[in-house]
Amino acid sequence: MGQQIINGLFLGSIYALFALGYTLVFGVLDILNLAHAAIFMLATFAALALVTTFHFPIFLALPAAVLFAGLVGIVLERVAFRPLRSRADSNISGLISSLAVATILEAVALEVWGPNISRFPIGTLSDARVAIPGGVVSRLQLTIIAVAVVMFLALTWLLTRTRIGREVRAVAESPRAARVLGVNVDRVIASTFFLSSALGGAAGVLFGLAFNSISPDMGRSVELKGLAVIILGGMGSMPGAVLAGFLLGLTEVFVVAHLGASWRDAVSFAGLFLILVLRPQGLLGAAGAREA
Amino acid sequence: MRNHRLAPGLPRTFAAGLALVSLWPAGAFAETVVKIGAALSMTGPAAVYGATQKAGILAAVEDVNRSGKLPGIKLEAVIEDDASTKEQGIAVYQRFINRDKVSAIIGPTLSNTATAADPLAQAAKVPVVAVSNTAPVGITDIGTYIWRVSLTEGQVIPGALARLKAKLSFKKAALFYGNDDAFTQAGYKVMKGALDAAGIPIAGTQTFAKPDKDYSAQLTALKALSPDILLVSALAENAAGIVAQARQLGWNVPIMGGNGFNSPAFIKNAGPAAEGVYVGTAWNKVSTDAANQAFLAGMKGRGVDPDQFCAQAYTGILVIAEGIRLSGGKGSREDVRNGFLKLKNLTTPLGPFSFTKDRDGEHPSSVQIVRDGKFQIVP
Repeated sequence: MGQQIINGLFLGSIYALFALGYTLVFGVLDILNLAHAAIFMLATFAALALVTTFHFPIFLALPAAVLFAGLVGIVLERVAFRPLRSRADSNISGLISSLAVATILEAVALEVWGPNISRFPIGTLSDARVAIPGGVVSRLQLTIIAVAVVMFLALTWLLTRTRIGREVRAVAESPRAARVLGVNVDRVIASTFFLSSALGGAAGVLFGLAFNSISPDMGRSVELKGLAVIILGGMGSMPGAVLAGFLLGLTEVFVVAHLGASWRDAVSFAGLFLILVLRPQGLLGAAGAREA
Repeated sequence: MRNHRLAPGLPRTFAAGLALVSLWPAGAFAETVVKIGAALSMTGPAAVYGATQKAGILAAVEDVNRSGKLPGIKLEAVIEDDASTKEQGIAVYQRFINRDKVSAIIGPTLSNTATAADPLAQAAKVPVVAVSNTAPVGITDIGTYIWRVSLTEGQVIPGALARLKAKLSFKKAALFYGNDDAFTQAGYKVMKGALDAAGIPIAGTQTFAKPDKDYSAQLTALKALSPDILLVSALAENAAGIVAQARQLGWNVPIMGGNGFNSPAFIKNAGPAAEGVYVGTAWNKVSTDAANQAFLAGMKGRGVDPDQFCAQAYTGILVIAEGIRLSGGKGSREDVRNGFLKLKNLTTPLGPFSFTKDRDGEHPSSVQIVRDGKFQIVP
């Protein structure tokens, strides 16, 4: 029991970390960035390249890859979203162009690293274990859970207590009003993408380290889960994404343990459906859709 | 395309014949050359197997010819590259059947190629001996001319499990398998059947899918049932993750893998976690049987470090030679096949070898353990 809770929290922290970035962009811009999973993947390969080719220790490679992911996010926004922003249908066209970027990034990764599974060298991270009541937890798992929580707290602090955070929230309410008030909307949106992609990249590197299995299509396994998590948590709600991430992780683990792995997605998504019927705005979503 | 002709050229045979004719009464010396085609993957993804198979075949032909087991008959191997592909395999078979008029064919390295090429031999009534195909279906069921030396997973696992039970004396087992893949599912059925047959209760069964990366929930659930052994049917990629995560959970139960584990890639990817994992194998490299020791010494003398594929290819030629002997020392296609029908308990490096009624091979199997990053036979 204790071990399964650890397993669930661990899986949930990766979902939460991935979904945080996903929901941040949605909260600010009301668009789904479908390239988020591709950045998740690209950052992992970046960390892998730093570790294997340039012999970086992982505690340097991780922040470097996260920074890289953030920069890719800025480029992504500049290339795939900004040119479309003035259009009336920018939500849908942005969705499509981000899907195009995702496809391109996956193709590039396929070309560079090939379709086979790549791995961090054995011993990149200590696999030391810590005994807890009812099970064991590796230092890596603790690190990942801690990183997820710290990133969530840092993001909350950033959005509520800093100037850029206030600007982000202002743009989320109304880009036009924000612009009238002197906010540099383009810069705020670029920062949002930087933060979002950095979070996605962090999730990717930690995922790659946790399961030591890195491939160009690795983003697909979390893409749908991430979407489920942000819907479940309430679109655009960050505490909701974290709560829903952990909830989905725990649900999956207990379904696998008690019903079998084949039931995992069926039960998880049935639960998602049920919650949305009972609570359409999601667990922590604001009542009623906000008109940006 | 290289064409390796292994017998000495005609002029030399002729010269040797002349020299012998002067010693023996005319007529007693009439050496018939029996050609055996071997379609091996010398290039392409399976090239790593083809090279050692070739060494085994060459050695066996030499040994049989020298042994005097087949008086008046000289075996000649015609080795061609199937390039690890179906197309090339078919082309090579056509050449063997129509141009070289071989009496028997050592089957293509890969099961996949065999499924495409073997039907040609069946149609032309040329006996085929598969030495490395392990697909449970689609090889020997092609027809009555297709025979097999290599054991299928269904044959290796029960034997390996029995040996392991004698060693570890486990009371209950747990099963973990990929349920979205024909190969791993077939492996699971074999494992379950072997456990049932051995009367070992199954404490629990869990499944995963090929794209899965996180197996900790299933492994934790199985661990809670405290089985004495965990049997895993998975492809090499999943296998590494499963073993690593089981050990990560602090679960040190003995693990036995299916054929998917039987690859150096598994050891490389699982790293230290692979240590102590058991895998069944067709060839017991350290067997003290005289036939195996002679095979090892012979290969060492030729500067070859033999593996399972080498031993199986060597056995393939021994089987064909025995077929010829049992049919009264005649080497036509029909003779070879008729000989196979009588073949029983042939002494080979793989142990006493027989064919089943379905023309599959039958001989003892062994268990390997991963030790110091290598597969080693469990004594």
